[in-house]
Amino acid sequence: MAVKVIIPTPLRHYAGKQESVDLDAKTVGEALGSLTAQFGELKRHLYSEEGKLRSFVNVYVNDEDIRYLQKEKTALQQGDTISIVPSIAGGLN
Amino acid sequence: MLRLTQKQIAQIHEHGAQDYPNECCGALLGREDGADRTVLGLVPLVNQRNDSPQNRFSITPEDVRLAEKEARAKGWDLIGWYHSHPDSPARPSEFDRQHAWPWYSYIIFQVEKREPREMRSWRLDDDRAKYAEEGIEFIADGRR
Repeated sequence: MAVKVIIPTPLRHYAGKQESVDLDAKTVGEALGSLTAQFGELKRHLYSEEGKLRSFVNVYVNDEDIRYLQKEKTALQQGDTISIVPSIAGGLN
Repeated sequence: MLRLTQKQIAQIHEHGAQDYPNECCGALLGREDGADRTVLGLVPLVNQRNDSPQNRFSITPEDVRLAEKEARAKGWDLIGWYHSHPDSPARPSEFDRQHAWPWYSYIIFQVEKREPREMRSWRLDDDRAKYAEEGIEFIADGRR
């Protein structure tokens, strides 16, 4: 399925300064895999060393959070838009 | 270098004093100028870590989108974030580092018994191993 992935501002310089990337994928996981295969430097900011999506990385398919769908197994339709949206977190210790 | 006016610094300080002993947080809107950045506006936000606000802060993706929308409406960019460290130094903790995004400027400022103290700004390295400190330049209000 041809889909568009919206790249958040803090990651654009790792993706050739592009605001979005078009690619083919059947699931969200496949799309993110394809994205990080194409732009290797994205991987460490999206995934932990254990290979899991970082907790502060929020992924939406057409404005629906994948946590409430089938997570990375969420199936994609032609023309879907995947958005990667940051949460911001921290603390003093 | 991150440029701010004294008025903006005062606004950030006031937010930190107001929310003390909890961490405050907010967005920095502005623009890049080569390697430097100029803060043009602030978006004070509500710390969503109600369970542990004295040593944790959290900004939801909805608030991130809101800040981005506000930046776009003014022809600016969302360039970073500020948060306070109550009674603790103005440098990133390990928890900060684990949860940081690259590229953004992260202002951290100490609030000691409700009094704002040191303010520093940091950017996460590409390899996520540590932060690089960026200097803060104070500019006169009205100068951009």
